[in-house]
Amino acid sequence: MVFGFFRKKEKEAPAPEQAPPPVAAPAAEPPAEPEPEKKGFLKKLTRAISKTRMILSRRVLGLVGLGQKIDDAILEKLEEAMIEADFGVETTDFLMQLVRKAWKASEIETTDQILPYLRKDLHRRLTHRGNAVHFAQTRPTVILVVGVNGAGKTTSVAKLAWWLRRQGKSVVLAAADTFRAAAVEQLRTWGQRIGCEVVTGADRADPASVAHRAAERVLELGSDVLLVDTAGRLHTQKNLMDELRKIYMACAAKRIAGAPHETILVLDATTGQNALNQAQMFKQAAEVTGLFLAKLDGTAKGGAVLTINEKVEVPVKFVGLGEKMEDVQLFDADQFVEALFDLEDLKGQEAS
Amino acid sequence: MFDNIANRFTDVWRKISGTANISEDNIKDALRAIRTALLEADVSLQVVKNFTDSVKEKALGEEVLKGVRPGEQFIKIVHDELVRMMSEPGTLDEQGRAKLKFRGDRPTVIMMAGLQGSGKTTTCGKLAQYLKRRYKKHPLLVAADLQRPAAVDQLEVVGKSIGVPVFADRASTPPEVCARALEHARKGGNDVVILDTAGRLHVDEDLMREVQEIARRTQPDEVFFVCDGMTGQDAVKSAKAFDEKLPLTGAILTKLDGDSRGGAVMTVRTITGKPIRFVGTSEKMDGLDVFHADRIAGRILGMGDVVTLVEKAQTAIDEEKALELERKLLEDEFTLEDFLGQIKSIKKMGPMQDLLKMIPGASQLPLDQINEKGLDHVEAIIHSMTPKERRLPEQLNPSRKRRIAAGAGRSIEEVNRLLKAFEQMREMVQGLKNQGLMGRAAAWKLGRDKKKMISDQQKALNVAKKRAKANVRRAASDMADFRKQFGID
Repeated sequence: MVFGFFRKKEKEAPAPEQAPPPVAAPAAEPPAEPEPEKKGFLKKLTRAISKTRMILSRRVLGLVGLGQKIDDAILEKLEEAMIEADFGVETTDFLMQLVRKAWKASEIETTDQILPYLRKDLHRRLTHRGNAVHFAQTRPTVILVVGVNGAGKTTSVAKLAWWLRRQGKSVVLAAADTFRAAAVEQLRTWGQRIGCEVVTGADRADPASVAHRAAERVLELGSDVLLVDTAGRLHTQKNLMDELRKIYMACAAKRIAGAPHETILVLDATTGQNALNQAQMFKQAAEVTGLFLAKLDGTAKGGAVLTINEKVEVPVKFVGLGEKMEDVQLFDADQFVEALFDLEDLKGQEAS
Repeated sequence: MFDNIANRFTDVWRKISGTANISEDNIKDALRAIRTALLEADVSLQVVKNFTDSVKEKALGEEVLKGVRPGEQFIKIVHDELVRMMSEPGTLDEQGRAKLKFRGDRPTVIMMAGLQGSGKTTTCGKLAQYLKRRYKKHPLLVAADLQRPAAVDQLEVVGKSIGVPVFADRASTPPEVCARALEHARKGGNDVVILDTAGRLHVDEDLMREVQEIARRTQPDEVFFVCDGMTGQDAVKSAKAFDEKLPLTGAILTKLDGDSRGGAVMTVRTITGKPIRFVGTSEKMDGLDVFHADRIAGRILGMGDVVTLVEKAQTAIDEEKALELERKLLEDEFTLEDFLGQIKSIKKMGPMQDLLKMIPGASQLPLDQINEKGLDHVEAIIHSMTPKERRLPEQLNPSRKRRIAAGAGRSIEEVNRLLKAFEQMREMVQGLKNQGLMGRAAAWKLGRDKKKMISDQQKALNVAKKRAKANVRRAASDMADFRKQFGID
């Protein structure tokens, strides 16, 4: 009640920017204590989205915390507040669509039901395609890694290799980025650190041939996983996307049944609206099966994955949170959504 | 993505075009639409707000001009404001080169900083190439990225490909390497030193301190913030942090050859207050251009990018041939043979969808329906004619037409349509001859006040060669007529 009082006052005040009073959580159950090893991840993730959440909480929760009946005016205000909270147009549109639909279907009636509903619904949406890595029945598993220039592909390949190694799998890396200067050296360095063989081609060699040779090599060695690193390419460059298709086909044509078993698109979390186009085009060229959301350790929040998950139907599988090879985590929708809407933590933030 | 922006603005234009005067009320919708459009273009919210506020202020304060529709007047305000916000006078010299702070007493130091993957190393190479070619400088590239594996190798490969020396010391620390590089340059006769620093997150305090240390020890003359042109809302945070920590003198936006345009440019410019100096396109070493605010503004507003189109045309169209064509056209000697040559030139300029997008107003066209095959068919038909037939198409009798159709694998109707279109085009050119270029602009439904906008664009256009311009305009209208005649869409 106390908070309701505050909120009311806040709404009446003409300048909401002026230090709004702290907002506490509606009586939602406290989030489950994360396991100790996950704590670092959650902390990083929380920091990554904390700014969003702060504004979200103040402005949006100011609206949805109260148990008012939902009407068009309130939804419009909520939409406005989400834009203000820097959610991005696409994400806001998407979330508002969910809310409106649920409201029309009478699944939610009052404003305090909005957040729990979104939480549950987003969680379902982000997980129902399955976020686990798809391994081949009989080894080897072939994983193709693609993305635009500078998204962090090679580093992400290293992270994936490290993660796979930790799962006790033997890994071979294919340096199919024969275009960028020194990309092969970069991968080789990682290969040494992680302890896996790197198959390379000559400078400017046909990347498809490197993939082909790497596949041969992996069969020879009897390794568990082949990770294919490709050159960065803008999704608008048709010839490069055709080349990617060729690499994809080279992986697929091998004696390895069902290869590539995964095509991972590395997405820079700082990318704007363009992310959706990227996902669409890469899926067309190389049947992307999962996202690696890189650079989430900055201030970017990677909200784009919500729309990509929905429109391109590609789930997030990994999250990159730093420059070191161990800065990688399996995507955890629970934590992602919790971090996005986590209110308990807010009290501490506001207090400090 | 670009289509979205253009379309949205087109809607805004339509919305207020019919109204009588600019008022709080009718401007509200327009401003809102502009806000959405800019947000969709990845301009940061904060920047969008400032922008719409200043547009509103200007629009409301402005007297409604006679003879101009308020909608058009408003658009001009938006356009001018965009250009004003993004441009900075005095960044180009009279030759159109980027004006940089070169020094005489010691090698000029240019420092590059930015997030990981923004394209610093590639841009360093491009800039070195630019300085070498346009200024006859002797740059030295310095590998100050000791963080990422093989970053030094990458710069070395880049340096080798453009014939620029690279200074590196893997065993040292980045500030040390940079300081020593200056000495190295002085001895080696290099007059510019370009520091390729490691990519770093703006929240990484240790690394931000390191880059500050580099700046302190080398006292750079230019510090460029290199930013990925596809960056979204996050640009505001990184730009701010780098601007606070480093004495930035400008910014370079990279990867603008993708389909994301505009947004981050506006954000970085507004947040740092520093001019955008270059834009990076393509992975090739010559893919660096000086920044032109009006070009980006035009793109964001869906007004097309005529200047770029002209430049594209210039590279694809042989100027002498174009002159000859123009003479022929005006003297009514234009034949199907010439026509074929023109089609080939057009095709050389790239996919037609991309070209049409650059033409003002073309964003309203159903571009995805254009079938490039239409041009191929026309080519095939002309190829199936004898040289004489190409010169004198009016002499084609039914039997010849049948032969041509069979040869081209098309129907007789298509042959007829082509001939008819060709005839109409000739007539149209004759009409144009009398009308002149400005007449066409007028036909483009422009109010009096918007002429300033035109003249601004025209000024930019004049930078490009006049001949190519005429040719492109013609090509554009030909294309439109073609589409009509052949039902290509």
